[in-house]
Amino acid sequence: MAKLSINGRAVEVDVEADTPLLYVLRDDLKMNGAKFGCGLGQCGACTVLVDDKAVFSCMVPVSVLEGRKVTTLEGLGTIDKPGPLQRAFIEEQAAQCGYCTAGILMRAEGLLRENRRPTDAQIRERLSANLCRCGTHNRVIKAVKRAAEYLRTAATTDSNRT
Amino acid sequence: MGCLRHYPLGRGGRGDSGLSEARCDARGNMRVIRGLLIAIAALGVIVGGYAWRSSFAPIDRPQASSFPVENVKAGAVLAAIGNCATCHTRDGGAAYAGGRPIVTPFGTIHATNITPDPSTGIGGWSEPAFIRAVREGVSRDGRHLYPAFPYDHMAKMAESDIKNVYAFLMTRRAQVSASPANELAFPFNIRSLVAGWKLFFLDRGGFTQDASKTAEWNRGAYLVEGLAHCGSCHTPRNVLGAEDKSRAYAGADVQGWTAPALGATSVAAVPWTGERLAEYLGKGRSPQHGVAAGPMADVIGNLAQVPDSDIKAMATYVASLAGAATKERQERGARAIARAGGEGAVTRPAAAAAPGASVYAGACAGCHGEAGRQPLDPALNLALSTTVRAASPNNLVRVVLGGIGRTDNQPGPHMPGFANALTDKQIGDLLEYVRANFTDRPVFAGLDVAIRKARQ
Repeated sequence: MAKLSINGRAVEVDVEADTPLLYVLRDDLKMNGAKFGCGLGQCGACTVLVDDKAVFSCMVPVSVLEGRKVTTLEGLGTIDKPGPLQRAFIEEQAAQCGYCTAGILMRAEGLLRENRRPTDAQIRERLSANLCRCGTHNRVIKAVKRAAEYLRTAATTDSNRT
Repeated sequence: MGCLRHYPLGRGGRGDSGLSEARCDARGNMRVIRGLLIAIAALGVIVGGYAWRSSFAPIDRPQASSFPVENVKAGAVLAAIGNCATCHTRDGGAAYAGGRPIVTPFGTIHATNITPDPSTGIGGWSEPAFIRAVREGVSRDGRHLYPAFPYDHMAKMAESDIKNVYAFLMTRRAQVSASPANELAFPFNIRSLVAGWKLFFLDRGGFTQDASKTAEWNRGAYLVEGLAHCGSCHTPRNVLGAEDKSRAYAGADVQGWTAPALGATSVAAVPWTGERLAEYLGKGRSPQHGVAAGPMADVIGNLAQVPDSDIKAMATYVASLAGAATKERQERGARAIARAGGEGAVTRPAAAAAPGASVYAGACAGCHGEAGRQPLDPALNLALSTTVRAASPNNLVRVVLGGIGRTDNQPGPHMPGFANALTDKQIGDLLEYVRANFTDRPVFAGLDVAIRKARQ
């Protein structure tokens, strides 16, 4: 039995200790945001956040997650109410086939949680762990910067309110 | 000069300033060293102004076209063997434009700009001035250079090779880039002290052929002992920061990484041979030993430009350092290979219940194999990894945290880092399990400290 905290929700799943988080998300919890790509930490399609940092969920056994906070794509927003990154990716049309996009969104989310004003170089360096073969890379960079702007604007608006 | 040593600062060496302190034998002996240095300097002065060196007049920057193309090409290969670009290039900076900080317990030295810019680089250096700098560690203007520049090795270079490196550097694009001033504490900021250091530790004899050995071995010895300066990292230092020749190639700590022993004290599961070393130096990987990471990855990247004959020569010489493996040692190696190759990854029942076992199964086994299943190429079988067998856990910890990136000549799959996925405790559990399961070596000493330091 593994105890997990996913998008703020406590869940218990009956799996072996060495089961990768990705399998638990997709097979047991039916959360299909994280994608299976290579299963070897090479492509980044399975990226989620653990304690606000990007990890390859295909290589994270559930045994290491007790007491830690997992954030998946489902935690960023919904179709009706997309989060800032999701909104920015739609507006910039930063996806083509879209298979890698879930992982890219999560790694970008990890970056924006550390740095609300990333440079192109910082975005490129960080996202180099995520493979995309379609080639929307330049739009991805624009979208991450747009999302950063939304977050900064929201922060300013919030502080004006208080 | 204590730890004023050559620290190759590769991608893996970034941002770990301060780590060198713990590695330096000299730290607790600072006062003794200061006294010794002052005494040595005084001696130098007494011995007739030994410390004073003349200045070579600056020249107009030579036309690039004045250097024959074949000399420039030869110089490019030599500069790659010397790993010059690694120290003389700052992160994200232009090649050879200097500025990389080299942190020592005595302060920070900044690598110099060796592009031909007349004001901030070596554009005003004549060929004789360059030759003197390489062989004697003296700047064009007569100042002594700190032995962070490994002229104790370069002194073995043939003059024709130094001239070719000069031709290569003087035909690079000039970069206007002044290195920051060194930040060295008194008395290490007095350059004339280096003159005293050289009296003891700079062998000006040049390279001597050993007629009893093959031409290939001699070529390898010339490169390894000279230009390639392998001992700068792989030989431990004495209290004054010079290589301890009585422990040549016994391994040493560099930038938080451990440069493993190359000689008879190597803990490799399988004894190295010239063929395996050539494979490692050429491709950055030997399946029966390990994969280059940290500062060595930069060395391998540079060696991609070097002809196979020189790689093979260096490998032949390095393999000879350990001497021929005994029959017992060879048999032990053969058993290790047979076991690793026959049954998938090694498993020991005693280790299976360890808390790290499930971490290995979930995070590592996919690539590194498990009982009944061999590792996926190019992942190592950990039972054969020298790093897993090493006395210090430093390299293993750094590889698990940061992964192993692709080197220039090694495209394809690589090892991802686990710094975000695993906590310090989980990494400790994992490595204790890996050590117990895959080796017959004692438990790691100082694992917790190594993990904490590598995280910084």
